[in-house]
Amino acid sequence: MPQLTCQDLTLGYEGKPVVSGLSFTVSAGDYLCIVGENGSGKTTLMKTLLRLKTPISGKIVMGDGLKPNDIGYLPQQTAAQKDFPASVREVVLSGCLNRRGWRPYYNRAEKRRAEMQMERLGILGLSRRCYRELSGGQQQRVLLARALCAAGKILLLDEPAAGLDPASTADMYKIIQALNAGGVTVMMISHDIPSALAYASHILHIGSPLVFGTVSEYAARLSGGEGGTAE
Amino acid sequence: MTLLEYFQKDYVINATVVGILIALCSALLGVTLVLKRFSFIGDGLSHVAFGAIAIAAALKITSDFLVVLPVTVVCAVLLLRTGQNAKIKGDAAIAMISVGTLAVGYLIMNLFAKSANLSGDVCATLFGSFSILTLTDTEVWLCAVLSVLVVAVFLLFYHKIFAVTFDEDFAAATGNRAKVYNLILAVTIAVVIVVAMNLVGSLLISALVIFPALSAMRVFKSFRDVTVCSVILSVTCAALGIVLSIVCGTPVGATIVSVDIAGFFLFSAAGIVLRRVKA
Ligand SMILES: Nc1ncnc2c1ncn2[C@@H]1O[C@H](COP(=O)(O)OP(=O)(O)OP(=O)(O)O)[C@@H](O)[C@H]1O
Ligand SMILES: [Mg+2]
Repeated sequence: MPQLTCQDLTLGYEGKPVVSGLSFTVSAGDYLCIVGENGSGKTTLMKTLLRLKTPISGKIVMGDGLKPNDIGYLPQQTAAQKDFPASVREVVLSGCLNRRGWRPYYNRAEKRRAEMQMERLGILGLSRRCYRELSGGQQQRVLLARALCAAGKILLLDEPAAGLDPASTADMYKIIQALNAGGVTVMMISHDIPSALAYASHILHIGSPLVFGTVSEYAARLSGGEGGTAE
Repeated sequence: MTLLEYFQKDYVINATVVGILIALCSALLGVTLVLKRFSFIGDGLSHVAFGAIAIAAALKITSDFLVVLPVTVVCAVLLLRTGQNAKIKGDAAIAMISVGTLAVGYLIMNLFAKSANLSGDVCATLFGSFSILTLTDTEVWLCAVLSVLVVAVFLLFYHKIFAVTFDEDFAAATGNRAKVYNLILAVTIAVVIVVAMNLVGSLLISALVIFPALSAMRVFKSFRDVTVCSVILSVTCAALGIVLSIVCGTPVGATIVSVDIAGFFLFSAAGIVLRRVKA
């Protein structure tokens, strides 16, 4: 049984549809890249999958024992305000909240987990720094570390490479690939089609045309289809 | 009577302890209130509480806690809902409720209260009792118990409050009960408002809640440091304010808030100096 099944989804704001007729499935261990132009509804889809928004119509079914607290999430933009006093460590650690239940404080394993993710992303040295005083790319890595802390079975990333330099982008793709190899399902929004084709197992193209399939199906379509825009 | 003699009396000590407890609670939640951009909710709620007090007075209910607390809690929950759903409309709703209850409350007090000293009563409700020593025994105990409860809730939910304050969407998306935590926060805020009304009155509550948090944010950069600092600052200012008000014979609420304002300027200056030194 797939972890996520979407049937004939229509998404939008205040009853006005942005995307419609969206159907796809995600199974454990998949690496799905969501691509499409600006404003096509990728972020809207991700927010709907996370239950931050309700779909206008259609169904989202979670299966295969997937629970809401198995999800890690990297937002495209955070709601976090500009002048919020929070240290990097506090932000990353808050990703561990969903594995804690009603227990009031973090235990040693959770603190270790947060430290491990910070080390992985090369921000351990920043852990006492104030989040709001970091550069955009550094902030992105902090939020990615938080997402990794939260991710048990599935990781949803909204343009994780935005604001990262080429070396960090390559590192990040490696980290995500390693996680995926370890069994974590990945859903990633990206504008980087070559990398998407290189790393992903499935591609969902939102907009027109609406395409869902494995990477090889998508690549075949790109090269065989209108004009041959394949790389 | 000298100050020392004053502080040998039980009721003076009790009142001071309660004042400090109230300052502690309001500083704890003040940080979240400011960061969640909920400062206005504190203000709106205090006006609601004023209206509720007026109604309690008109109905001749002696312990107005019984009316004020539930009414304020319900309004806190409602305000939080509207504040989240529609940002602009929520603002207007809060303004309507807070000004409306203020007007209706004053009207009811005028119509029904048979007190000889009406303007004195209104003044006390708006700006706090003239002296903390006029608090009754029950009020002192209730304040103490509620304050301890608020502190306990805050300590138990500290990390959850941080998570929903920093990034509510992330908290909800990754399977946390963000709505429940928000609800707990709303109820706790309402309790703090009602308790603090006794000390500083409904118009000055926002100051008690907001100043220590803003002062701490001038100097400290992590949530924990800001929380700890604003608590220490608030407690210090409250203690100082209470003593000053006894010595100088000034209204206790206004004195405490004035000390808080002085603290704010002090911390602003310290923040500027620190930044210069680092740069
Ligand atoms: N809060 C909102 N209220 C109303 N309309 C919105 C809202 N957020 C987004 N939209 C609209 O919905 C459409 C899809 O937006 P969405 O953010 O999902 O695009 P996207 O595919 O993520 O684009 P990008 O690549 O730029 O991130 C856009 O046309 C946008 O104008
Ligand atoms: Mg987007």
